[in-house]
Amino acid sequence: MASHGITDRVAIVGMGCTRFAEHWEAGTDDLLRQASAEAFTSAGVAADDVDAYWLGTAQSGMSGMVLSKALELEGKPVTRVENMCATGTDALRQAAYAVASGAYDVAAAVGVEKVKDSGYQGLNAFPIPTDGTNRTLTAAAMFSLVVPAYAERYGVSVDELKQALAHIASKNHANGARNPRAQFRREMSVEKLLSMPRVAGELSVFDCAGVADGAAAAIVVRAEDAHRYTDRPLAVKALSVVAGNGRGLGDPDYDVTTFPEVATCAADAYAQAGVTDPRAQLAMAEVHDCFTPTELVLMEDLGFCERGTAVGEVMAGTFDLDGELPVNPDGGLKAFGHPVGASGLRMMFEAWLQLRGEAPEDRTVPMVDGRDLALVHNLGGYPGEMVSAVTILGRMP
Amino acid sequence: MSRSRGAILGWGCYLPRWRLDRSTISAVAGTGGGKGTRTVASYDEDATTMAVAAGRAALDHASTIDLDAVWLATTSPPYLDKTNATAVHAALRLAPTVPAYDAAGAVRSGLGALRAACAGARPSLVVASDVRVGRPGGAEESAGGDGAAALVVAAGDGDVEPLAHVEGWASATEEFLDRWRTPGDVASKVWEERFGETRYVPLAVDAYQRALADAGMEGDDVDRVLVVGLHQRACAAAAKAMGRPNDDLVATLAAQVGVTGAACPAMTLAAALEGARPGEVLALVVLADGAEALVVRTTAAVADRPAPTPLVDQLAGAPVAYGTYLSWRGLLAVEPPRRPEPARPSAAAAGRSAEWKFGFVGSEGDDGTVHLPPSAFDSTERPMADAVGTIATFTVDRLAYSPSPPVIFALVDFDGGGRLPVELTDATPDDIAIGDRVEMTFRRLFTADGIHNYFWKARPVRESAGSSRSSDEERN
Repeated sequence: MASHGITDRVAIVGMGCTRFAEHWEAGTDDLLRQASAEAFTSAGVAADDVDAYWLGTAQSGMSGMVLSKALELEGKPVTRVENMCATGTDALRQAAYAVASGAYDVAAAVGVEKVKDSGYQGLNAFPIPTDGTNRTLTAAAMFSLVVPAYAERYGVSVDELKQALAHIASKNHANGARNPRAQFRREMSVEKLLSMPRVAGELSVFDCAGVADGAAAAIVVRAEDAHRYTDRPLAVKALSVVAGNGRGLGDPDYDVTTFPEVATCAADAYAQAGVTDPRAQLAMAEVHDCFTPTELVLMEDLGFCERGTAVGEVMAGTFDLDGELPVNPDGGLKAFGHPVGASGLRMMFEAWLQLRGEAPEDRTVPMVDGRDLALVHNLGGYPGEMVSAVTILGRMP
Repeated sequence: MSRSRGAILGWGCYLPRWRLDRSTISAVAGTGGGKGTRTVASYDEDATTMAVAAGRAALDHASTIDLDAVWLATTSPPYLDKTNATAVHAALRLAPTVPAYDAAGAVRSGLGALRAACAGARPSLVVASDVRVGRPGGAEESAGGDGAAALVVAAGDGDVEPLAHVEGWASATEEFLDRWRTPGDVASKVWEERFGETRYVPLAVDAYQRALADAGMEGDDVDRVLVVGLHQRACAAAAKAMGRPNDDLVATLAAQVGVTGAACPAMTLAAALEGARPGEVLALVVLADGAEALVVRTTAAVADRPAPTPLVDQLAGAPVAYGTYLSWRGLLAVEPPRRPEPARPSAAAAGRSAEWKFGFVGSEGDDGTVHLPPSAFDSTERPMADAVGTIATFTVDRLAYSPSPPVIFALVDFDGGGRLPVELTDATPDDIAIGDRVEMTFRRLFTADGIHNYFWKARPVRESAGSSRSSDEERN
């Protein structure tokens, strides 16, 4: 038993990302074409130059043919990947492993979600036949359980905690306002965020991720070939996924102030990448801020700060765009929007821009001067039963 | 002692938490209403779920699970074609060899079930349960009530010492039209009341007198006469014609609970037995398409084995607004949450997990860890329906689909082990706090494609619900 990783054996040489929005005029295939075309151009390849494809979509279509039809691919292997909100990240993980194995020279991961065709607000899971005893609570309500639990465990008042949650939302909205590809481009003050009506526990709609359509894509090759495609490739430093066993909420010792799957996954990724002090070594992190309390807890589970200190660190601005470790400089799920299958690749797209020095000046993270690494984190599911993915990307010499 | 036409071994009643103040009806409906309250089954209750609650209480009282049969009598069956009593059977975890029958359609069905059960060598559980619906503003709406009552009866003395014997029983049957409801209609229609009254009174007197003769008694031997039925005016007139006023209990139940349809006869009898002294004689006369008269005498044991969940402790409830009541009964179509309605549960999946879904049976690992739902890696069953727990934390979901939003959802830690994330019911967000004590109740989560999705929820512990049964005793 071992997690060896494929550190520095595979590189990303091209990426693309659509704007995330309510794309009433664009279908799944349109979004796939847009993101893929940008990635092809970025890597200087054509669709046919890619040997194999991995398509990430949670529920916008079945099988690899969703992509092969959209791109009119001829005779290409295409595999559909689904791993809840870690879908896009896992598509890249499959493509990277395929290249590392030597099976292919060039592989692509494309993630997409078309959520605004459902006629409902929010994300709605595809119904799988069950015995009817499964929970039907919204994700917002499940993550809202964190708030009173965290407040009690660490002796923080709910009001203080809500200030920190509003700070997180306000920060992500401010970052998103500087991002032309983000769904929401309006800044939101802490004061205004705190005045919103509650919809689930202490959470308002503005504590929830934006729900958007979108797609993102990445082209990967062996690291030694990377400079044939771009002069600034990104090395894949770590790829880690942990799928929980779902027993968390039934465990009386689980207090909903941490996501153990994430802590395990992060430890694995840091070991693969040789990261010993993430706060000092990472230039930036894109984390899965599906709800504001999620981002708060992730700061501790990802080792960015000590347990019980996230509220203070958030309020001190540690994770702001100009802070010690900028988190979600592209606006995060909160402001960029969350087309499930595309989100992981969208986060990598931000790492791609920042580490290559291509991010707009007004949201370039300052840490990028001395630090070569970026972390991307996704989770799918709920407290007590989730899939976690941590990816670490780095500049290549 | 005269010969027994049936021994009563235990009983249990269930009243839902909610009360409709009848005086609030006319402001909305423009008519109707009246004084007092009626019980209202919650949006997640029906005849089956209430029958489970009353059945649990009755089996607890009788301290037996070795049954000859289980019967469910109702005028509001959640299903037709499909037996409703099988869900009660499953929730009570009765053995597959115990038959489960519906006696559905009319108030009188419950008397037939009781009569059949009284002939059994071994105890039977007869549950009568009803959700009574009337058209808004009508007399049936305000007079009706929702609830369930269960009797455990057998032909003679078995292992369980009887609390009372049915010493006389007589029926008078006649075809005439008083109340009727065509399948598919939400509410009954009523012929001119005077007509029914003139038919019922002589039938009731005749049945009563023959029941007394059957018991070898005179009218003076009877301590209390209880005349019940949907036609309340005829009940009062019949009692008068028998030479005595209707018992106050009938009026008390009508004022606070309402007439609970098929459940009313057993509920009235049970409530009378709760307060009875040894050797007391009760006459129950039921007006239902004729009349049924039972003469019941309590034994010495009645004083020693009080019902664990007495009706008197359930008479008080919490108010429900008339508009909410109407929406719960489907009479007012309110805007649903903007979320997809849940998919119908799978019959095959539900069948595979019946012990969990209906019986609420978890599992226990070798290290004593309780798993809810059960783990495939555990070899020991852990029945949890009677477990009491504490709210570890909770949240209020105003976005999720529910027939009656918002959803209150809690993590519950059970005494003796086991944690369950579970929906709360019979509560409002302002009532709930971390540390509150909860108990489990069998409910209907939602209905999709006509399939009622039954499962368990947690509700605040009812003070009267002091079940004596340990949580790991099986009912089989």
